[in-house]
Amino acid sequence: MNVSQILQTMDYGTAPEASDQATAWLAAHKKKFGHYINGSFTKHENLFPTHNPATLKPLAQISQASSKSVRAAINAACLAQQKWEKLGGHERAKILYALARYLQKNSRLFATLETLDNGKPIRESRDIDIPLAQRHFYYHAGMAQLMVSEMPESQAIGVCGQIIPWNFPLLMLSWKIAPALAMGNTVVLKPAEYTSLTALLFAEACMQVGVPDGVVNIITGDAVVGEMVASDTDIDKIAFTGSTDVGRKIRRLTAGSGKSLTLELGGKSPFIVFDDADLDSAVEGIVDAIWFNQGQVCCAGSRLLVQEGVSERLYNKIKRRMKTLRLGDPMDKSIDLGAIVDSKQLDRISKLVTENSKGDLFQVTENMPETGCFYPPTLITGLSSSDSLMQEEIFGPVLAATTFRTPDEAAKLANDTRYGLAASIWSENVNLCLGLAPKLKAGVIWINGTNMFDASAGFGGMRESGFGREGGWEGLQAYTKPTQNRGRLDPILPKIGSNRAKCGIDRTAKLYIGGKQSRPDSGYSRPIFDANGIFCGDAPMASRKDIRNAVEAAESAAAWSASNGHIRAQILYYIAENLSARANEFASRINNLTGGKTGSQEVNASIDRLFTYAAWADKFDGAVRNVPIRGLALKLNEPVGKIGALCPDDFPLLGIVTIMAAGLAMGNRMILISSEPYPLVATDLYQILDTSDVPKGTVSILTGSHKDLSDTMAKHMGLDAVWSFSSSDVSQIIQDGSATNLKRTWVNYGFQTEWSGTPSEAHRFLEAATEIKTVWIPFGEG
Amino acid sequence: MKKKSLNPSIKIVDDFNLQRNEGVQLDLDWVMSSQANTSAIERRTSTYSTRRSVKKNYQAAWLLRAISCIDLTTLAGDDTVGRVHRLCDKAANPVRKSTLTHLGIPEISVGAVCVYHDMIKTAVTRLEGTGIPVAAVSTGFPAGLSPMRLRVAEIEDSVQAGAHEIDIVISRRNVLTQNWTALYDEIISFRQACGNAHMKAILATGELGSLRNIARASLVCMMGGADFIKTSTGKESVNATLPVSLVMVRAIRDYHDQTGYKVGYKPAGGISKAKDSLTYLSLIKEELGNDWLGPNLFRFGASSLLSDIERQLEHFVIGAYSATHRHPMA
Repeated sequence: MNVSQILQTMDYGTAPEASDQATAWLAAHKKKFGHYINGSFTKHENLFPTHNPATLKPLAQISQASSKSVRAAINAACLAQQKWEKLGGHERAKILYALARYLQKNSRLFATLETLDNGKPIRESRDIDIPLAQRHFYYHAGMAQLMVSEMPESQAIGVCGQIIPWNFPLLMLSWKIAPALAMGNTVVLKPAEYTSLTALLFAEACMQVGVPDGVVNIITGDAVVGEMVASDTDIDKIAFTGSTDVGRKIRRLTAGSGKSLTLELGGKSPFIVFDDADLDSAVEGIVDAIWFNQGQVCCAGSRLLVQEGVSERLYNKIKRRMKTLRLGDPMDKSIDLGAIVDSKQLDRISKLVTENSKGDLFQVTENMPETGCFYPPTLITGLSSSDSLMQEEIFGPVLAATTFRTPDEAAKLANDTRYGLAASIWSENVNLCLGLAPKLKAGVIWINGTNMFDASAGFGGMRESGFGREGGWEGLQAYTKPTQNRGRLDPILPKIGSNRAKCGIDRTAKLYIGGKQSRPDSGYSRPIFDANGIFCGDAPMASRKDIRNAVEAAESAAAWSASNGHIRAQILYYIAENLSARANEFASRINNLTGGKTGSQEVNASIDRLFTYAAWADKFDGAVRNVPIRGLALKLNEPVGKIGALCPDDFPLLGIVTIMAAGLAMGNRMILISSEPYPLVATDLYQILDTSDVPKGTVSILTGSHKDLSDTMAKHMGLDAVWSFSSSDVSQIIQDGSATNLKRTWVNYGFQTEWSGTPSEAHRFLEAATEIKTVWIPFGEG
Repeated sequence: MKKKSLNPSIKIVDDFNLQRNEGVQLDLDWVMSSQANTSAIERRTSTYSTRRSVKKNYQAAWLLRAISCIDLTTLAGDDTVGRVHRLCDKAANPVRKSTLTHLGIPEISVGAVCVYHDMIKTAVTRLEGTGIPVAAVSTGFPAGLSPMRLRVAEIEDSVQAGAHEIDIVISRRNVLTQNWTALYDEIISFRQACGNAHMKAILATGELGSLRNIARASLVCMMGGADFIKTSTGKESVNATLPVSLVMVRAIRDYHDQTGYKVGYKPAGGISKAKDSLTYLSLIKEELGNDWLGPNLFRFGASSLLSDIERQLEHFVIGAYSATHRHPMA
C-alpha cells in the first residue's frame, strides 16, 4: 500500500524482525544437532525434526538421546562436579557473570531463535524471556559469590537432572541452570523436544565463556530421555517443570531413591476482580494473564472470578479488548499472540473447548492465519465451578469465567481446585487485597498485577502445582544439602517379654484424636514390654480409619493455622511447663522402656526444644524481596497445613516433641505416629497436651505399625505433607504414595537424623513446616 | 453545528457530521466509581511502544497523520504579529513540497493554530482560505484564577475575535477538594460562553495530584459539555504523559459507552519526538479506535514536534538522516 492509502486506513502494516542471524546459526550447524556433553557437541544420532509452529516448516533436526548418550552426559557431570564445587564461589560467580553477559550481548539472536522455535511473539522473547534469563544469571552470580559467607552449613547436592518445558525454553533453562551452578552442582539438562534450539545455542555460550567441561550437559529428546535421567542412580537431584501428570510420574519414579526433587507443575490460577477494581486495568491484567505466550503459561490466570455486580461490564470490556489483540506471525513486532507450540497442543486446546457446551463462548476469529498452529483468543463466561473448563488446565488462550458475591466466596471459589500455583487479586481496597492474599492456596499472589517474575522472588506452587521454589534465597534450598554426613539408621525393634502380671491397675493407653482419647477403630492392641521384658501396658494399633479421623479432626482445627505466633508460642511454653512438672515420670518411663539411662536428659532436651520452637513461633519471619518494581514482593512463611509424621523410634519423647513443636510453632496441624517400639511415651504425652490448652484437633497422636500406616498417610488427599524419621523402611512407600496429591515429603531414606538441636537442624524443621508464598504488591498513587 | 472541512486532503476518518457533546447531568455515582490504578496503568503504557511498531510506508503515513493533528502553538509573552504570521504560514505548509511530492500527497496542513487572545485576529486573517481553524487559550490561562466574570468574558471576546476553538483551563482547586459540582458548573458556564466554538477543557493534569483525580475530572468535564479534554497548559512542571493519556482516553471511552457522545483528546506539552507521536497515535488507535485518529477528535498540543517529524519524513524519502536546518522553521 502507498502512503496515501495508508493515510486513509491507518493500519499498522507489518514490522518483521530479521531472522537472518538465527538462520545463519542453524546453517552453520548444517541444521543437525547432537548433544552437548563434556564441553563439546557430539555427533548427531536418531535425528528428528523441530518445527517453526508458525509456518509448520522444519527448522533443524535434533537428536533423540540413546541410553549411551544419557550415560555419557551423566558421567561427565559426575566427573566434573567436585572440581566445580571446589573451584569456589568467586570463580563460579565469574563464570555465571560471563554467561549473563553473553546472553545480553547476543540477546537478539537468542530472542529470534526462541520465537522461530517456539512461536511466541518476538516482543515477548525480546522484552521478557531473554532479559529475565539474563537476570537469573546475574542474580545467581551473586549467590555463588555469597555462598561461603551466607550459607556456611550448605554444600552442593551433586549432579542435577533438569527437565524443562517448551513454553519458556531459555528462561526455564536459566531458572534451572543458574542456581544449580551457583551452588556448585553440575547439570544434565533436557530441553523439551519441541523447543531445544536455544538450549543448544546456550551450549555454545558455555563453550565461549569457559564453563568447565562437564559442568553443563545438554541432551535432547522426548520423554523417554527424561525418564532415563530421572531414574539414573548417579543423579542426586531432579528438577522438573512441566505437566502435573508427568510430575506425578517422576515422583513415583524417584520415590525412596534419596534423590532430591522439586516440581513446578500445572495450574488453574484464579484471576479475581472485585467491583471496586480499576476495571480497565484489570482487563489489561487479563491480557497479560491469559494471552501472554498464547496462554501456555503454568501460572496463567485462566480462571476469571468476577464480582457479580460488575461482571457484564467487565465481560464487555474484555470482549472489546480481545478485538484489538493482533494474532499472527510471531516474528512481527506488532503481534500480541503468536503460534501454539505444536499441532498436538493445538488439537488439545481445540478439543477441550469444542467438547464444552456450557456457558457463552466468545472468540475473535477474524484475521486468523491460514497455516500454522494458531488458536484465537477465547472467553467463556457463565461457567460454574463444576464445569470441566473451570477445573482442567487448558494451557491455551482460553479464559473461563464465573461470578462470586463476597470476598469469602471469592476465596472459596479460588481455592476450589487441585492446583495452587498463582492468583491475581484486583481491588482498589488495600484491606481487601491484603486480607485475601493469605487465604488463597497459591505460591504466588499478584495484587493488581499478574505474571510478574524476578530472580530474587521465589516462584513455585502448592498442592498439585508442585513443590520447591525457584528464585530468591529460598530457591537455593533446592540445590544445596547440609554439610554434615549421617550414618545408617538400624531398625529399632520393640522389647519382648511375656509377663503381664506386675502391672497393678491396668492402664489403658488410647489414641488421641480431635482432643479426645479414643479406642482404635481396629479394636486391636499390642502389649508393650520394658527393657527387662516386663509388661508395661497395651498400645492401641491404629489403622487407616483412625488416620482418616485424625485428618478430619485436623481439618476442623483450621483456626490454628490462622492464629498468630504469640498465641502459638504461649501454648508451646505451656506444654513445656506441664512436661517439666512431670519430668521425672517421663524420664523413668523412657529409661524403663528403652533400657537406657538418658531419660532425664531426653526430657530436659524436649523441654528445651519446646522453648526453642516457642521462641521461633513469632520470629521465623518472612522477608521483602528486592524486585525491580515500585512495590513490595513479600516472602511469607505460611503453615504447610496438615502434616502427618512418623516419629523417630530412637528418641521416643524428643522426636515427637521436636516434630510437634516445630509444626505447631509454624501453625500446622499435626498427626503424629509415635515411636513404634516405645509408644507409651507418646500416650503419656497426650495427657500433657490435654492440660496445656492445645486446641482440639491440632495434634493427634496415634500408635501402631509405621509400615502399615505410612501408605494410608502418604495417599491421604487431605494431608499436605508427610514426614518420616522411622527406622522402618518406609521412605519409598511414602514418596510413592505422595504422588496422589503431590504432598510434600520429608523422609530419612534410612539415615539417622540429627536430634541434638543444632541451629541448622531447627532451620530445616522450620523450613519443612512452612510453605513460602510470594505476594507481589505494586503500589503508588500519582 | 456542521463543522467546516478543515483539512481538504485528509478526509477519511474525519466524521464531519460528528454530533457535538451536549453534556449530561452530573452523575456523582459514576464519577466516584471511576478508578485508576497507577502502577497497572504505568505497566500498560510502558508497552505501547514495544507492542506496536510502524515501519516504512506505514511510518510515513502515520507521521503525516500526526502532522494533521498538531495544534501548532505559540503562547509566549514575546509573541508579535510577525511571529504569528510565520507560524500560520508554517501551519498551512508544514512539510516541504518536494517531500510531499515524493510521498504522493498533494497537500497537508496542521490541525489548528493555537494562540493567546490578542493574536486571534492576526492568525485568522493570515489563515484565511486555508481552512485551518484558530484556537485561543482562555479563562485566565494558564492558572485560571482571574475573576469568573472576566474568564467568561474572555471566552466571549475570543469567539467574537474569530476563534473557532477555545482552550479553557479548569479550576484545579475544585478537583483537589473534590468539589465536583463546582467544577461541573464552571464547565457549563464556559461551554455556554463558547457558543458554536468548540471547547477544549484543560485539566492541568500535572497539578491534580493523582490519576484517580484525573479520571474523575475528565468525566465531570465531559458531563459539562467539553468537546475535547486536554492534559495541560504546557506551563505545568509535568505535562502530557502516557499514563495520564491512558486515563483520559479510558474516560472518553467510558463516556462514549454511556452517552454515545464522542469527545476528543488533546495531549499537550512534552511531545517533541516523531517516535512519541507514533506511540500516542497507537495508544489512541488501541483504546478508542480509528474514529479518534483525526483532527476532529485528536490533537497534539506541540510546538517542536513538527520539526522532528519533518526530519523523519525526509529520512524516509532520501534514505539518509536529515538535519533541522533543511526544513523551514515555524
